[in-house]
Amino acid sequence: MNENLTLTEATYYILLSLYTSNHGYGIMQQTEQLSQGRIHLAPGTLYGALTSLCEKGWIVPLPFEEGSRKKEYKLTKKGLVVLRNELDRLKQLVANGEQILKEELYEKEIS
Amino acid sequence: MRKKFHKWFWVWDVEKEEQWLNMMAQSGWVLDKVGLATYDFISCDPGEYTIRLEMREHDEAYLDLMREMGAEYIGRVVQWTYYRKRAALGEFDIFSDIDSKIHHLTKIGNGLAVIALGNLLIALINSINPVVNISWVNLLCVALLMYALGRIHSQKERLERERIVRE
Repeated sequence: MNENLTLTEATYYILLSLYTSNHGYGIMQQTEQLSQGRIHLAPGTLYGALTSLCEKGWIVPLPFEEGSRKKEYKLTKKGLVVLRNELDRLKQLVANGEQILKEELYEKEIS
Repeated sequence: MRKKFHKWFWVWDVEKEEQWLNMMAQSGWVLDKVGLATYDFISCDPGEYTIRLEMREHDEAYLDLMREMGAEYIGRVVQWTYYRKRAALGEFDIFSDIDSKIHHLTKIGNGLAVIALGNLLIALINSINPVVNISWVNLLCVALLMYALGRIHSQKERLERERIVRE
């Protein structure tokens, strides 16, 4: 399994939201907050992602707290590595974009 | 006030089914109970609800998540599950990215394939028994299921093409 694949936006934000333990609805809310309302996680998408992230070992479900019906999850060490790699990839993406567009701006200025 | 409708939708027309249910909700009738080709509506304010449906096995934790976000479970027919959410509580979608939509279609396709194989098997067994040979019924089912699979597959392909340019 190649762990350096591009993450979907949904996956990226789910992992970020699980840096501290969180439950499904909390992940939805935090994602919306972090992305300033741009990314809305629908329940089917979120639930499917949680299942496959558990299978990959990037997150783990926490044991049920007494009196709570909400299942909580948390990022694993493996998940943290994936998230860091993704952050590096995103930084490169931004750097490349800025670099090229700056050159373009500069060319316009001298012509 | 309640009213009941009998209407049939093929498995590849899920989008149409959902559209019809939302049209009903727009005109003041929200789905309240569901059965095989049977829809039971109750009166509501026009546009009060959004209806969504998906194929999913029963999962209490998932229904909890639905409830937390303000959606209500209406009922299910086999694995087709129906939900409604008050429009005032915000938009309501079940899948928010292309990957999970594709995954959902794959799940539907796999379900159909299993039923098709089952029918094929029954047809084969029946064909050995020359007394009551009703294999053609099963073969007809297989043909219909293959058609459904084809329709689902082309919907999937359309999404996959879209995924190439945007995620």
